[in-house]
Amino acid sequence: MSALGAVGAVGAVAQPVLIVGGSPLMLGVMRQVRAKLEGRAGAGIMQPWRDLRKLFRKEPILPRGTSEVFRYAPIVLMGTTLVVAVVAPFVTVESGLDPVADLFAVVALLALGTVALALAGLDTGTAFGGMGASREMTIIALVEPTLLVAILALSLRVGSTNLPTIVSATLHDPGRVISPVSLLAVVALVVVIIAETGRLPVDNPSTHLELTMVHEAMVLEYAGPDLALVELASAMRLTVFLGLLTTLFAPWGIATTATPAALAIGLSAFAAKITVLGVLLAAGEVFMAKLRLFRVPELLAGSFLLSLLAVAASFFLA
Amino acid sequence: MNETLYVQLLNLAAGAFLLAAVMVLWRRELTVIIRVFALQGVALAGLVAVLAAHERSVELAVVAAAIVVLRAGVLPLLLRRALAGAGEAQRETRPLVNVSASLLAAAVLTLIAYAVTRPLVELAPSPATQAIPIGLTVVLIGLFVLVTRRRALSQLVGFLLLDNGITAIGFLTTSGVPLVVELGVSLDVLFAVLVLQILTTRMRATFGDTDLDELRELRD
Repeated sequence: MSALGAVGAVGAVAQPVLIVGGSPLMLGVMRQVRAKLEGRAGAGIMQPWRDLRKLFRKEPILPRGTSEVFRYAPIVLMGTTLVVAVVAPFVTVESGLDPVADLFAVVALLALGTVALALAGLDTGTAFGGMGASREMTIIALVEPTLLVAILALSLRVGSTNLPTIVSATLHDPGRVISPVSLLAVVALVVVIIAETGRLPVDNPSTHLELTMVHEAMVLEYAGPDLALVELASAMRLTVFLGLLTTLFAPWGIATTATPAALAIGLSAFAAKITVLGVLLAAGEVFMAKLRLFRVPELLAGSFLLSLLAVAASFFLA
Repeated sequence: MNETLYVQLLNLAAGAFLLAAVMVLWRRELTVIIRVFALQGVALAGLVAVLAAHERSVELAVVAAAIVVLRAGVLPLLLRRALAGAGEAQRETRPLVNVSASLLAAAVLTLIAYAVTRPLVELAPSPATQAIPIGLTVVLIGLFVLVTRRRALSQLVGFLLLDNGITAIGFLTTSGVPLVVELGVSLDVLFAVLVLQILTTRMRATFGDTDLDELRELRD
């Protein structure tokens, strides 16, 4: 186990570095793809990093009357996302902290970050913060059951919710990726991830129109380094969710040994897969309009049904 | 065809078959519903073709080809022609049960189908019979669409879903219905759709609408 433990340890160091450094770049790539498809020049893929650098240099300002909840929310959001970035087997098949790399624990950690941000939105006491928080809670209440049921569908075949176990089982038997269970679960998870990371058609990440915004309404009161932390953590959440998708359904290229060559392949395969997914997502968003808020439950009910069918299919077609 | 490939292809076809039924429930645009129905016909034909390849039966292969022609070609064409004259009423606007609730109902129907067919599957467990719950789910979803939708055309699609489900169960349980029986059933469905298409057109000519809820009382 010592050799395998080394793989996990290397992964636990390499992954967060890659995700922290790479997720704003991926956001930049997505914005650039969108700009090109809309016939604009675009700001370049480094723009999110430039924005972050600018924000980090500003002095921290807190709105009057806010409490610790508002102050700690960005740190909680960042912390939970970082823990997931460390433990999930994105680059190596082993996890640095095996007991935490449980799908339920990972989902709970990611939800904790969302809840912290929603509480911060409520804490400001402004109309927008409260509205954004209540919308976010509505969406997450519908998203969470789908996520858990889809995860159940994936873990039933392996008999474990441990992420490394699921990944290595898929690596040993690639045929199971094209089974109906996987296909239904992947569609359900894609819908849920789009809703959870606040992309179109559920939430428009580039809007500041009061009637439509969800995520932006919650973070409206943040400024300076706090805002930078929230923005960086949001970009990382998108990367982590897409990473979970690739690691569950397309785990090829993941390092199984601690040799530098295998690690290099693992890192570049992860970066390539995430970039492809991000480009696809951005290209898809160009052709989509934002859904009315009252139609969102319909979309999420559909994805819940798909995840339930995935579980049912894993019993039907055993 | 080796055994694992057979099982995978069969499961994939069954999964696509079920997914198409769910999509009919999910979408509101009647044109999309018709297209999804055509895709379901393809999935059903694929299911039969996989069974044919496994049993090495020419008769089943012929049936699969007939299913493609009828269920993915002729029936959607007839439905589209019935829709073409409908003017602006291209959407299922006010179903009796709203879309989110009907999706959740479909989830319950799936579980019911699974519970009901357990004894049937246990009689002769094989990859084909294990897909029977999917056939029954499609039957139940078809019935649900038939009951809760208001437009004549979506009710027609519900009826055809029901029939697709029954056909699927037939092939999965017996591994091959005789050609004569299948031809008879197919002809029946074709005539039913033709008659209903004429009925829909007449309804629109008389009432200017195909919302069946308006037809509650007799007038002269």
